[in-house]
Amino acid sequence: MIPASWFLILAAVLFALGLAAFFLKQDLISMVLSVEIMLNAANLAFLAFARSARTLDGQVVVLFIVTVAAAEAAAGAAIVILFFRTKKSVRRDAANIMKG
Amino acid sequence: MTANFWLAPFVPALSAFVLFLFGGKLGRKWIALQACLAVLVAFLLSAAALPGLLESGPVSKELFPWISADSFSAVAGFLFDRLSAVMVLVVTGVGFLIHVFSVGYMGKDRSPARYFGLLNLFTAFMLILVLASDLVLMFVGWEGVGLCSYLLIGFWFERPAAAAAGKKAFLVNRIGDAAFLVGMLLILTTAGGSGFGVIHAAVARGAFSPAVATAAALLLFAGATGKSAQVPLYVWLPDAMEGPTPVSALIHAATMVTAGVYMVCRMSPLFAASATASAVVAATGAATALFAATMALAENDIKRVLAYSTVSQIGYMFIGCGVGAYAAGMFHLVTHAFFKSLLFLAAGSIIHSLSGVQDVRKMGGLRKHLPRTFPVFLIGAAALSGVPFLSGFFSKDAILSRAYAEGNLFVWAAGLATAVLTALYMFRVVILVFYGRERFPQDAKEHIHESPPIMTVPLQVLAFFAAFVGLLGLPAVFAEKANVFSRFLGPAFPHPAEQAMGVSTEWALLLLSTAAALAGIAGAYILYVRAPGVPAFMAGRFPRAIRALRRKYYVDEFYRAALITPIVRGSEVISRDFDLRVIDGAVNGSAAAVSTAGKWINVLQTGLIRDYALAFLLGAVVILAVLLM
Repeated sequence: MIPASWFLILAAVLFALGLAAFFLKQDLISMVLSVEIMLNAANLAFLAFARSARTLDGQVVVLFIVTVAAAEAAAGAAIVILFFRTKKSVRRDAANIMKG
Repeated sequence: MTANFWLAPFVPALSAFVLFLFGGKLGRKWIALQACLAVLVAFLLSAAALPGLLESGPVSKELFPWISADSFSAVAGFLFDRLSAVMVLVVTGVGFLIHVFSVGYMGKDRSPARYFGLLNLFTAFMLILVLASDLVLMFVGWEGVGLCSYLLIGFWFERPAAAAAGKKAFLVNRIGDAAFLVGMLLILTTAGGSGFGVIHAAVARGAFSPAVATAAALLLFAGATGKSAQVPLYVWLPDAMEGPTPVSALIHAATMVTAGVYMVCRMSPLFAASATASAVVAATGAATALFAATMALAENDIKRVLAYSTVSQIGYMFIGCGVGAYAAGMFHLVTHAFFKSLLFLAAGSIIHSLSGVQDVRKMGGLRKHLPRTFPVFLIGAAALSGVPFLSGFFSKDAILSRAYAEGNLFVWAAGLATAVLTALYMFRVVILVFYGRERFPQDAKEHIHESPPIMTVPLQVLAFFAAFVGLLGLPAVFAEKANVFSRFLGPAFPHPAEQAMGVSTEWALLLLSTAAALAGIAGAYILYVRAPGVPAFMAGRFPRAIRALRRKYYVDEFYRAALITPIVRGSEVISRDFDLRVIDGAVNGSAAAVSTAGKWINVLQTGLIRDYALAFLLGAVVILAVLLM
């Protein structure tokens, strides 16, 4: 059987990739996508633990996260579209009017 | 009928209520009729209660339990005993005549409903004051009449002088009332209750130590010096003459200003328990009587002369209370109510006929123009001066003979000197107003007219009483038990051992009083008829003295310099230094601190998502690190 650590390493790599993309990408759509990647890295970690602990708790949490992620993606996409309508751009640094 | 006496304050109160609410819609005649009727009904109610009082003694009526806090409780209730009966009859009787006079005097005023409403309200509060069976309820009336006094002095509030006079009266009275309040609390804590019966019982069983009795009596008396315009708080009364003349007659001569005397009489057991307090009362009364009389000598405004005279006469009443002659003090209160309200109303009639002239130097020769006002004014002046067999003669003599009998010779001498001065200033006014050359301005001359019957009839009724009410208080030398008044009031007062006085002494004192009055009148005749150059010569010779008299001995100026200016200056300093620097400084300082802190934190607020995300990441890392360690 594949040890849990392999899954966890993959999850950590995926999370690091998502995080890096979130900070390095300039457009908001990519940022929303990178958030999805991080969420799925978390999902993978939950599933790995659930499998090694032989409980269903982790899988239940994953179902929740998938649902929430779908809602979050919808909300994120909507925000991006509205943002584009006002700013004619999806560059993240165009969002700077909250500067104190 | 005795049982219904307690309705007396409610009738004028209800009338005032109606006048205030619906006065704008009521006709002038209806307003006047309603106001007069309300007071008449109150008078009839109390007069009807009188036979029952004589037969079966005092009656009291509990209205409702009023204050109940811990061990203290006060009942709102009225008491109709001999003392309050006298006051109620004077207040409503004289008050009714003044209401009637007002109908003529204020006939053309723009706001009759406000005027008569306030007059009715005043009557109601005055009746509460005198009928209250409880010190706290009395204080309600006490403050109520003060309020009405303020509103009526400032009745013509569009005149700055009237508004200022009202304010002055109110503020000066506050000083006295503050002392009254403290005295009242002292009495309540010592006696354990606020009903007069409870207080008097506490005094009788010795619950008041001499020091406490003195302190309480003096504090109450300080309140009386404000309300009754005694030294040192008399300064408001002359200015109060800015109000309509009937108001001066009702409030500032006959009733409200004598409330202090009534209060001292009502609390007489307490005052009698403290020789010091009684001595202070007598000395204050004597000083006031004398000082006010000298000020009246140099005054030219006819109403102000009467105002000083009122101050002076109330001084007499306090002399009476101070030497233990409470009945005599009350007797002078009653006679004074008649002759002084008569004089004020007659002065009102004179002012009315001269279209508003108040300066006696601009009158003269009015005897033939005012054939009905002249005799009544003369009767009032003679009664005030103590011309034998008129009312003032007997009441003044009762007070002075008692002061003499008590061995209080300083007070007695001051009273006698005041009697001379009283006759002098009063007949100076009579001569200047009614005799001599006509000095009034041309436009007043064209409109000169005797007042209508609605004004002169009340004057004649008052003149009748001013002349004959003194016969109720004949001194004992005329006949045994001749003093109906003092026998009537006797049960109401404590009886210290009276100094027996020989018949010859009493006759001598009577003759001395007569001589004092006649000397004053003769003096006025000499100074203002035979040798009219003398007053002018004196004024030229002693300009400082005359000016001091005109300026009320600079008491107003003294108060301004000693009290008002320091308070105003202090307020300025506080408003500038404390308010602006400390209070505003604290408020503005905290705002500035928040603002400055905000500016520092502002730097973090870049508005860029990546910075926020980075902060988010770092925060998550820190939390994780903490959790893992």
